[in-house]
Parts: sequence; C-alpha cells; structure tokens
Amino acid sequence: MADERNQTQEDILLDIQDLHVKYNTSDAVCYAVNGLNIQVKRGEVFGLVGETGAGKTTTALSILRLLPQRIGEIPQGKILFEGQDVVQMSEDQMRELRGSHISMIFQDPMTSLNPVLTVGDQIAEAIETHHQSMSKEEVQAKVDHVLKLVGIPPARKYEYPHQFSGGMKQRVVIAMALVCEPRLLIADEPTTALDVTVQNQVLDMMSNLKEELNTSMILITHDLGIVCQMCDHVAIMYAGKVIEQGTVYDIFDQSKPHHPYTIGLFGSLPSLQSDSKRLKPVMGLMPDPTDLPPGCEFHPRCGSCTETCKLKAPGVFQDGETHMIRCHLFSK
Amino acid sequence: MHKFILKRILMMIPVLLGISVIIYTIISLTPGNPGRLILGERASAEAVEAMNESLGYYDPLPVKYFNYMKNLLRGDLGTSWRSGVSVIESIGERFPTTLLLATMDIVLTAVMSIPLGVLVAVKKESLLDNIMTVVALVFTAMPSFWLGMLMMLVFALSLNLLPATGSESFAHFILPALTMSLLSVAQIMRMTRSSMLEVIRQDYIRTARAKGVSEQKIIWRHAVRNALLPVITTMGNNFGWTLGGSVITETVFGMSGIGTLLLTAVRSKDVPLVMGCVLFMSFTFSVVTLLVDISYGIIDPRIKAEYGGRKG
Repeated sequence: MADERNQTQEDILLDIQDLHVKYNTSDAVCYAVNGLNIQVKRGEVFGLVGETGAGKTTTALSILRLLPQRIGEIPQGKILFEGQDVVQMSEDQMRELRGSHISMIFQDPMTSLNPVLTVGDQIAEAIETHHQSMSKEEVQAKVDHVLKLVGIPPARKYEYPHQFSGGMKQRVVIAMALVCEPRLLIADEPTTALDVTVQNQVLDMMSNLKEELNTSMILITHDLGIVCQMCDHVAIMYAGKVIEQGTVYDIFDQSKPHHPYTIGLFGSLPSLQSDSKRLKPVMGLMPDPTDLPPGCEFHPRCGSCTETCKLKAPGVFQDGETHMIRCHLFSK
Repeated sequence: MHKFILKRILMMIPVLLGISVIIYTIISLTPGNPGRLILGERASAEAVEAMNESLGYYDPLPVKYFNYMKNLLRGDLGTSWRSGVSVIESIGERFPTTLLLATMDIVLTAVMSIPLGVLVAVKKESLLDNIMTVVALVFTAMPSFWLGMLMMLVFALSLNLLPATGSESFAHFILPALTMSLLSVAQIMRMTRSSMLEVIRQDYIRTARAKGVSEQKIIWRHAVRNALLPVITTMGNNFGWTLGGSVITETVFGMSGIGTLLLTAVRSKDVPLVMGCVLFMSFTFSVVTLLVDISYGIIDPRIKAEYGGRKG
C-alpha cells in the first residue's frame, strides 16, 4: 500500500474517463453525469461523496450498465475495467461481468431481496449464474461458507427475506455480492437504511471481507464520518462532476486548500470542538440537472463567486500529486 | 395453516345461511302455484289445493323456511316440483358439464393470457403491445352471446369443424369454452401486464440483474411469481362464477349445465330446485375462494406467515 511511487497501469482496476450520462425522459433531457474522471486502484476503498442528485448512483449504475432501459444513455466517455471498456461491451459480456467481477450492493436492503425466493436460493443463483459446472453440493457448501462469513448461521438459508431484520437482510445482500469474489464491489449507501449501531457492524464486516477477498470497493455515501472511517481515496461530486478529489488525508486536512463546496460540506457537520449553536448548511439546492447553470455549476450557491465563475467552467488545480480541485479560486 | 383453513370453513356457514334466507324469502314472495306445477294443467282445482296444503305452501314464511332448513340439514334438498326428480340428483347430473366447461375455460384463459401478458409487459410500448391492447379492448367489448354465435357460424356452420350445440362429447365443449376464455383473456392479459410492469420496477429485479442473471430467468423466475398474485385472485373469482354455470354461454350453445338448470327452475318457480342450485353455487364459490387463498400461501411465503403457519 505504501508503494505509491511504483504505481503502474497494472494497479488501476477501474478507470473512468470523461463519463457523461443523460436520461432522456419524455419532457426533458436530464444531464446526470457530466465529464467524470476517477481511478480506482486494486485493493483500495474509493469514496464517492455528494448530495442527493449529484450523480453518484448514476455513476455506479453506469459501471454495471444497469441504467434504466431506453431512458439512460452514455453518450460519451470510457469506463475501463481492467483495461476493457465497459461502455462498448455486448449485453452477454456485461452479464458475465456483473456479479462475478463487479458486484453491487444497493441502498435499501428491505426491497433488494426477492420476497418469494429463499435467501439461500438467491445466493446460490449468483454462483450458478457464473459457475455453471459446479455441482449442487459445491454450490450449497459455498452458500454456507459465505453466510458464515457475513455472520449468519447457514441453517437460515431456507428462510425467506421477510424473516430477517434489516441489518440481517443487508448481510444477505452483501453475501450475495461477495459470493463470487468480485474484484470490484460497488456499495451504494449500504448503511443509510440501517440503525446506527447496525451500521457500524455492517461497515466493520465489509472492511474485513474486503481485506480477506482483496476486493476493491467504491463506497457511495453522503456520510463524511463513514468516508473517514473506511476510505483511502475520496472524490466529491457536484452536479455530475468531481469537484475535488484526493486521499482521505488530502480531503480531511483543514490546512490544505479546498473547494468552497467541500468547505461547506464540512461546515454543515456538527463539531464537538466549537461551541456554535447552529450548523452552517450549504445554502440553496443542487441545480436542476435538466437546466444546469453556465460556468461553474456551483456558482449560484458559492460564497466566493466571481464574474469568471458565472461564465467559464473552471479547470483543474493540482495540489500535490494526489489532490485535485476544480475551482477558479486556485486555477489562476 | 390448518387453523386458517378450519376458520375459513367455519366462516362459510354464516355465509350460506345468509344466502339461504335471502333467496328463500325473495322466491317465496313471488306468486306461483306449486300444486298446479306438480299435477299439471288437467288436474282438478281440489287436487291442486290439496297438494298445496300437503306441501305446506300456505304456512307462514318462517315456518316454511324452518322446515326447508330442517330437511337441508338432513341432506335432503327436496324434489323438483316440476320434474319430480330429487334436487341433488338433478344437480349431480348437470354439474359435470359445468365443471368441465369451467375448467376448460380457466385452463385456456391461463394458457393464452399469462404468457401474452408477460410478453407485452416485456415488450412494453412495442407494436405487439399496441396491437394486443386493441385486441383486448375489442374482446372485452363483445357480448358473450354474440361472440358465441359468431364462433358457431364460423367453426360449426362454415368450416364444419366442431358441433354447434349440445354437451354430449368433448368436442361440444371446445367452442363454448373458447368463447368464454376469449372474453376473459383480455382482462387477465391486461392485468398480468400491469402487474408485471409494477414488479419489473422493483429493487429486487435490479439486484437480480446486478448478479448477472439472464433476462429470461429474471422474467420467469423473479418477476412472474411476484406478479401472479392479483392475477390468480381474479382468475379464481372467474372460475367460481363459471362453476355456478354461465347461463348465457350454456343457453347459446344448448348445454345442459347448472346455468340452464337454474334458468328453467326460476322460470317455472320451482322453489326446491332454485334453492338447491343457488346454495350449491354459493358453496362452490366459497370453496374456490378458499382454494385461491390457500394458493397465495404457496406462492408468497409472506402471506403464509400471516396465515399463522410456521416457515416454508
């Protein structure tokens, strides 16, 4: 991990280049992702942070090509997974990739399991889909094994989802995602729907499993506490773009330069040190993705907005090797 | 589960009791003359009067009803005033026809409408979907007697493939069953379609896709089972109705089922036969509804849990 200098192409598992995603709805075109660039290295946890509507989930769904059919479209950009462009793949190739090399955990465990199939059957299905030669006994042994890994007694595989609690359901979903030992796990707000105590258990478990299986992970969240606890790299998204990116140390170091939005995000967290009565929220709302403002997308909400910000999209400011900010304040 | 079934069977008692009171009251309030019906046109007025007296026709309504129910509990539904045949025998003679017709109807409906409904849901807003919507609309708007006659004209008279009327052989059942199912195919297909579209949007379908499961398996293994619940309810209800005899279809095709039996009984004010038919229909309808509810439990484990059975 410490060998940052020896970084070669080999270390990069997922490389998203200039990704654009739009939704063609009947009354408007919605620009959800607008030129996203991120790189995920092998074995690392990459945090994707942002408000609702920043395009985090859209990015995740694009990687698996699970955007809503007919509506979602990737007009531009590359998603290189181990050097191969996912955007250009056929549906059959995609199906092979999904669940075996790239898995995804969805936000709400309550609704992400099929109510009429047993938990064991749903996990077994993931194995059977990708290892068709495996015997029934081997599949069942693997189901038992993965259930044990996520802390569920294997005997419960004959039960149905409604017999599990929320936290247990999320464990099942995680088991399902990990059973084929994927190289990349995308976790879309895996703990948002859970109690705080259960949240921690699930996160700990995910960390351990990630180490054990040597899986890379993209963790989508809006909880900066989770980011600090779990992630190696962080990208902060706003209106479909990465506006600041770096290691956790870059992002969480208050002495380094930051994008006004990042400062706003941290300002909206309650702090134990200062004695303020009120939190400082980032004023305003995420811009309407069907009608994005010109210039910098953040300018209508930005405290340091200048005339340039309203006209020209900001370039990239590189602060050290790992830290990147997209803002006019620095790119003079 | 057993407790649930037992409870449901016990609940059938007040239902059937209520129906018997209502029907007996209504039919007793209409004018009629059972003595004349039994003895025929040429019997003397005295004989008819004596007959009415012995049948208890002039007794007050509650007494008549009480006597009827007393016999019913002994398993005696009485004899038809008109034909003199026991009611149970008449129903037993007619029921197989109705049962076969209703079964063929429901099987044909299911075979045609469920796969079609799934197909148009998967190919939503395609040409096929639009065509099927129009076809469904046309069939829903058709009166059954008209469609029945049309079928007779085409398949019996012009093409001479199938017999037009009667219920003697299996071939006689094809046209009426087809007529009945064509009318409900539209309804069931549309229902399957909307139910499927609802299910396809669910998160667990996306989860299945994210596992790399093939589209076919997603549809047939994950979606259809979830989408079938409302469809089964409606089909079960339809089956219950047709088991009570589809009067129009049976009349058009001249079939001797429960429907035509009841129709003639009502026309001649044959009280024991009317009562027998109606009670029998209510009974079969309740049984079918119960069976539908039990089938829910088999399809959806959550409902089984609600019935009070321990896991599946």
